[in-house]
Amino acid sequence: MRTITYRDALREAIREEMQRDERVFILGEDIAGYGGTYAVSKGLFEEFGEKRVRDTPLAEEVITGAAIGAALGGLRPILELMTINFSLLASDQIVNQAAKFRYMFGGQPEIPLVIRMPGGGGAQRGAQHSQSLESWYAHIPGLKVVMPATPYDAKGMLKSAVRDPDPVLFIEHELLYNVKGEVPDEGVEYTVPLNRGEVKRQGEHVTIITFSRMLHVTLQAAEDLAKEGIEAEVIDLRSIRPIDIDLLIDSVKKTNRVVIAEEGWKYYGTGQGLAALIYEYAFDYMDAPIQHVTSADVPMPYSKVLERAALPNYNAIVNAVKTIVPAALVHA
Amino acid sequence: MKTVEMPKMGDTMEEGKILRWIKHEGDPVKKGESLAEVETDKVNIEIEAFAGGVLRKILVPEGKSASIGAGIALIGAPDEPLPEGVAGNGAAQSAASTPAGTAKSAKIAGAPVPEDTQAVSQQASVQVAPPMESRAHIFISPVARRLAEESQLDYRHVQGTGPNGRIIRMDVEAALAQRQAVAASVTAPPVTAPAAPVPELAPAPAAVDTGEAVEIPLTPMRRTIAKRLSQSMQTAPHFYMTSVIDTGKLADLRRQINEYAEKAPDPVKVGINDLIIKAVALALVRMPQVNVSFAEDKLIQKKQVHVGMAVALEQGLIVPVIHNADRLGILDITRESHRLAEAARTGKLHPEDLVGGTFTVSNLGMFDVDSFTAVINPPESAILAVGSIAPTPVVVDGQVVVRDRMKVTLSSDHRTIDGATAARFLQEFKRLLEEPFGLLL
Repeated sequence: MRTITYRDALREAIREEMQRDERVFILGEDIAGYGGTYAVSKGLFEEFGEKRVRDTPLAEEVITGAAIGAALGGLRPILELMTINFSLLASDQIVNQAAKFRYMFGGQPEIPLVIRMPGGGGAQRGAQHSQSLESWYAHIPGLKVVMPATPYDAKGMLKSAVRDPDPVLFIEHELLYNVKGEVPDEGVEYTVPLNRGEVKRQGEHVTIITFSRMLHVTLQAAEDLAKEGIEAEVIDLRSIRPIDIDLLIDSVKKTNRVVIAEEGWKYYGTGQGLAALIYEYAFDYMDAPIQHVTSADVPMPYSKVLERAALPNYNAIVNAVKTIVPAALVHA
Repeated sequence: MKTVEMPKMGDTMEEGKILRWIKHEGDPVKKGESLAEVETDKVNIEIEAFAGGVLRKILVPEGKSASIGAGIALIGAPDEPLPEGVAGNGAAQSAASTPAGTAKSAKIAGAPVPEDTQAVSQQASVQVAPPMESRAHIFISPVARRLAEESQLDYRHVQGTGPNGRIIRMDVEAALAQRQAVAASVTAPPVTAPAAPVPELAPAPAAVDTGEAVEIPLTPMRRTIAKRLSQSMQTAPHFYMTSVIDTGKLADLRRQINEYAEKAPDPVKVGINDLIIKAVALALVRMPQVNVSFAEDKLIQKKQVHVGMAVALEQGLIVPVIHNADRLGILDITRESHRLAEAARTGKLHPEDLVGGTFTVSNLGMFDVDSFTAVINPPESAILAVGSIAPTPVVVDGQVVVRDRMKVTLSSDHRTIDGATAARFLQEFKRLLEEPFGLLL
């Protein structure tokens, strides 16, 4: 095992898949000569050439449509959109075309398309460039939406996404690219499934369900809570759609308490969807109302201070846990 | 008699809420006078009487809503009889959602629930414990409710420690622990002074000297003992069966085990009672018909064997449980029984130490008791009362010799266990103690 960054893990996954299968190619804005806005594709143009590493115009609807067409034609495109915020321009292609073809044409066409894009805030990109829109896409039957949080999962899930016969939205986070973690040596083959969450930390008093960047904040909170005797079980959802509901329910049956921590907004989002499922399937195991840690219900402020105040943080998670874990339980 | 109806005041209005009655029952009303203030979806407005007379009856009380056209009050002459159904104090308690232009429909809207309906709803509520009426204002978490219902615990009086006084899982577990903190013997054992103070247990309330006697208020534990054991004696038809057991080989085995155990890295001293618990557990595995609970319409045969051990405390009795005793080795049973006895004396038992028992052993052998009978600890079906081991003259091969003997008496609930079943259980238990290598194998 080596320790590498999330960015390097993504690049390795793309390179290994391009070496393994010549139908795999990448396209996006400034990904070739420039190496990508977040330098994920750096060096790939030199290695694979312009035919398989293609710069595109700044026209998300057009390039997403082109990628869908390429996938229908038998290629396996990995499309990079500069951020999930710009994917709104391509939302008709994603929602009305990519997600629908297999259903509307007798299951015949496959669209083995991966769309990579970072979401989330925290880097002072302002209201239009700091959104967590995964819930929008996770609403749509026909799409898979994954949000790995660690370099190991990022590499393993990106490889699975490339090999999947259906469109996969692979949502990264601007503040994850430099996160480091252990990943098997280059060339050591492994994949991570697209439909499985993972218990990243075992605990008995409360289940904290989270994903993407919030996993790291949550793990820090859980370690500190443990010093006070509260053992939190931390589940990394990894896939927003499909949901690994069995994993969640098994944990809830054990802990009877749930905190959901996500960077998205509160209303009508991923966390509320999860909460409804948990109440549906594990109502008789709940000992306290589900607590939901989210971004403030405002467009993201540009001001550094206000942005920090708007994002869910360590304290919010600790407070949510303490709201539903009785002190007497911990010290019993 | 004229019915005042909820007027329609705006295109989108579907119902109106009575904010305030300006006139009260018995007040004279002139045509055009304001009767009540009504809140619609847009505005608050006063509604006027369209006829004069006396406001005889208010059908929709303040704070309640009524649909457009529904009757909200009756205006009539002072001595005019009220329509059937609204006489007496039958003012509508619920929203009059049915248009009530006539006295007959007013009855639907505001009349008391017919008796037969009440009877039905009462009958229905009998089947849920506790009744729906009494749980309306009880906040209890789903898992706590499920646990309480599975354990047939009436949670209406459980103190909730969660937000809004919500009863949460740990509250139910504590209540179950208290319920279990009751055992079992008819003969209350002599009080043994605890070695250490018992900070966790409630202090005994002050006694009152009345001159002729001393009145001692009940502690919660004493109250529970009284309630639970009365219930056991009154509902479970007890029958008793005594067996005399030769403990010679058992004493030898115990000596050998202790010679070994005192040199173990974690030395421990095995008592006769630990061997008895092990024998009970193995006998229950072989005779699962005894490891049962009576649940009105069915028997519940437990798959696991959890043996409770009655411990005498100054405040009363408590029955901590050795879980899965059949699967524990003798040294582990001993360590667990020591831990539980110590925790019981110092008030440090955890709720999980007190739940789940499927059979209880009450041993008064140390008090030089020949034999006794014990009261079953519900929802268990049997309890074993163990007396002292005493040198006894017995006949062996035609000769009178002195051997150690122990009398045990099994109390069984005849609803679940028949005499032959109890006898076979006792036989199995006796064999395990008289040929005690079976305890090790």
